[in-house]
Amino acid sequence: MAIFNLHINGKEFRVDVAPDTPLLWVLRDHLGLVGTKFSCGIAECGACTVLLGDNAIRSCVYPISKIKASKITTIEGLSEKGDHPLQKAWDEVDVPQCGYCQAGQIMTAAALLRQNPKPSDQEIEDTMHDNLCRCGAYHRIREAVKLASTKI
Amino acid sequence: MTTLNKTSRRDFLKITSISGSGLLLGFSWFSVDAETPVIMTRANFAGELGFNSYLSIATDGTITIFSPNPELGQNIMTSFPMIVAEELDADWSKVKVVQAPLDTVKFDRQLTGGSGAIPHSWKRLRNAGASARYLLVAAAANRWKVGSEECITSNGFVIHEKSGKKLGYGELAEEASKITLPADIPLKNRKDFKIIGTSVRNIENKNIITGKGMFGLDFYRKGMVFAMIQRPPAFGTKIKSVDAAAAKAMPGIIDVVTFKNNVAVVGKSTWEIMKARKAVKIEYEKDGNMESTAEHDQLFVSLLNSGDAKVRRKDGDPEAAFKNAAKVIKSEFQCPFLPHNPMEPMNFFADVRPDRVELIGPTQTPAAARAATAKLLGIPEDKISVEITRLGGGFGRRLKFDFVLEAAELSSIIKKPVKLIWLREDDMMGGSYRPAVRYRFEAALDAQGNLIGYKLRGVGINVNNSTRENNFPAGAVDNLLIDSVEHISPITTGAWRAPVTNFLAFAEQSFIDEVALAAGKDPVQFRLELLQKARKNPVGTISYNIDRMETVIKQAAEKSGWGTKKGVSQGFSVYFSHASYVAQVCEVVMNGAKPVVKKVYAVSDCGEVVNKSGALQQVMGAIVDGYGHAMYGSLTFKDGEPEQKNFDEYRIIRMKEIPEIEAYFVDNGIDPTGLGEPALPPTGGAVANAIFKATGMRLRNQPFKDEPVFNPKRAKGF
Repeated sequence: MAIFNLHINGKEFRVDVAPDTPLLWVLRDHLGLVGTKFSCGIAECGACTVLLGDNAIRSCVYPISKIKASKITTIEGLSEKGDHPLQKAWDEVDVPQCGYCQAGQIMTAAALLRQNPKPSDQEIEDTMHDNLCRCGAYHRIREAVKLASTKI
Repeated sequence: MTTLNKTSRRDFLKITSISGSGLLLGFSWFSVDAETPVIMTRANFAGELGFNSYLSIATDGTITIFSPNPELGQNIMTSFPMIVAEELDADWSKVKVVQAPLDTVKFDRQLTGGSGAIPHSWKRLRNAGASARYLLVAAAANRWKVGSEECITSNGFVIHEKSGKKLGYGELAEEASKITLPADIPLKNRKDFKIIGTSVRNIENKNIITGKGMFGLDFYRKGMVFAMIQRPPAFGTKIKSVDAAAAKAMPGIIDVVTFKNNVAVVGKSTWEIMKARKAVKIEYEKDGNMESTAEHDQLFVSLLNSGDAKVRRKDGDPEAAFKNAAKVIKSEFQCPFLPHNPMEPMNFFADVRPDRVELIGPTQTPAAARAATAKLLGIPEDKISVEITRLGGGFGRRLKFDFVLEAAELSSIIKKPVKLIWLREDDMMGGSYRPAVRYRFEAALDAQGNLIGYKLRGVGINVNNSTRENNFPAGAVDNLLIDSVEHISPITTGAWRAPVTNFLAFAEQSFIDEVALAAGKDPVQFRLELLQKARKNPVGTISYNIDRMETVIKQAAEKSGWGTKKGVSQGFSVYFSHASYVAQVCEVVMNGAKPVVKKVYAVSDCGEVVNKSGALQQVMGAIVDGYGHAMYGSLTFKDGEPEQKNFDEYRIIRMKEIPEIEAYFVDNGIDPTGLGEPALPPTGGAVANAIFKATGMRLRNQPFKDEPVFNPKRAKGF
């Protein structure tokens, strides 16, 4: 076990966990941030996506010891009032079916828009292709990212 | 059976006036700053309210509608309340929806499966809303000393137009709750619907997109422990020995417990038990057949020739028809096992105490889970509560309750509240799969190209009847034989979205296409002619509605410009499943030698569409699901062990692979007939038929990706 200081959603946290503990389980089990989801555990599906700085990472395979001083943003911290352009677009387009993958989808899109606020359709597809949605809500996910990109 | 327009005793509704917002909002998921995760469970509100209904109205006008059925993405938490709110004339912006816990006294058919919730509850939900509206109007009329018939309702108000008086529902709730309800409550005319048939956004969107803890895996309670179970890696094996010494010594591990064929690792956090589970040394031994996919392939061929099939339906004299045929067409189709793979892996919370049991988590069948838990633990059902969290997908997997029983049994052994977590690998290796099947179809045509004989044999693994013997084209063929053979395997199987029809439809609709072309007929025209025959000279039992099927066929042909397009190859498919009808046209273009699925048109007749947005989601999602699994899905076995264990080895369709979808609904005003599944079965056939049109190559087996047209090197041996 070791002490780690974390900067998450603009707040400071201190946890005492094994250094190999994936960020996902620190968020969920130790900090109560359950918006970030577990699904595959091998960085294949994207349900656990969070931001490390401006980059999307798969928190299920990202050990806590690697994070150092980097700033983490989870779905809970994407906006204060749930009104990030992506969140608004997700509601407007009425994207979610079961909803389980959506936090990861939104965080993947958030990283894309931070780095590239006006992505082409191709760039949206190339990025979002990495996130699985078992309900098959892909049409609306694509539409929502596109819509959000017009509002940023 | 209750008379539909009468309020049955069981569903009798009484408005209870509850003050303000206190009662139902007494739960909170744990806060960001909490050091230890604590989630308070929802108060057992239904009991506290002490009434038997779907809704309550607070004095501030807030309307709380209880949604009894498990929500797994079919959007029932929005569509159920829409139906109540419609008849109530409620202000939708003041409606709150709460997932009700299991309550077999207050609610009926509290399960998610069979595309049956809306059809089953349509009338009773309307009655719930209409009854409340009646009482509110009566309360207003009493207060104003006018006749009820002089009052109207609109957007949460009772209005007396003559005098201009107006009262909000909240102001009337208490008085209304004291009025006796008559037996007959009139329902709205559908032309007066204001909410039903519109697009209403998912009531849970805000919670989903802000990351609120809603799912079973998000449930935490102070004092609970975490557990994972190591199950036998191969079907047909059992535990020989367990050495848990190393695992028990690892940090955070509370205990390692063996029960039945399970080795449960119990600890203080998910990551610690994940690591410790790998350190448990378990030896397994053979306990039954350890079957492989290669053996199944051989077995299917021999079972198709078996003399020992169970006859499901026989009309006329099939043997004579085939003997006299001018042309005989014979084809075989095969589909593999599929895991369900909901994004949220199986999990459940159980707290078993001597005097009561608490179960919380994602289940499609809370009542059956409770009954099985009662039996397992020897505890009466009335001592067991079941709270239903949101389900991160189900697809039929959560109709089984093996994971609920595991959690309950483990909690009873360790005497602690426990959250049992399955990893993706556990999920994919854990059984309850869509069974593998193989079909042989035979058709006899006379010299004019009429279908005079039809035979279907289905052979499946742990699927008692792999056919739907009374479905199309039965009824339209004079001489017909449908039978099936089952192989019993240790590999466990279960319902998978649109059970049986999810593979049967592909095979049948591909074969119909093949027969139409052999008869020299257009595939759409051929189907319509068969339906005409079934209408004029029906043979035996017909389970489908000829008019509804004919309508979706014609509309799909029209919407897609069937037969009129250049540069694209179209394939047709239509299927009746559960109680609805969906016709699809798939369009394929060639990219070199490779067919590319560009577009799917769908026309659905599911009766009245409750929520347009939700209905579109179901159709589009089902087409993506149906196409994705037909194209990529395959779970294979080697000596009883699944060969695909996670998403690196098992392909799920991704964004760049989806076709464009154009979806329409038949507007016929009949009561809803369900839409969670029916748009899935036709897709595989529409795609396969379009690919045939484009390439001249028939897809005989799923997944399509392994068929010669996509993978020339990997042509199967049969």
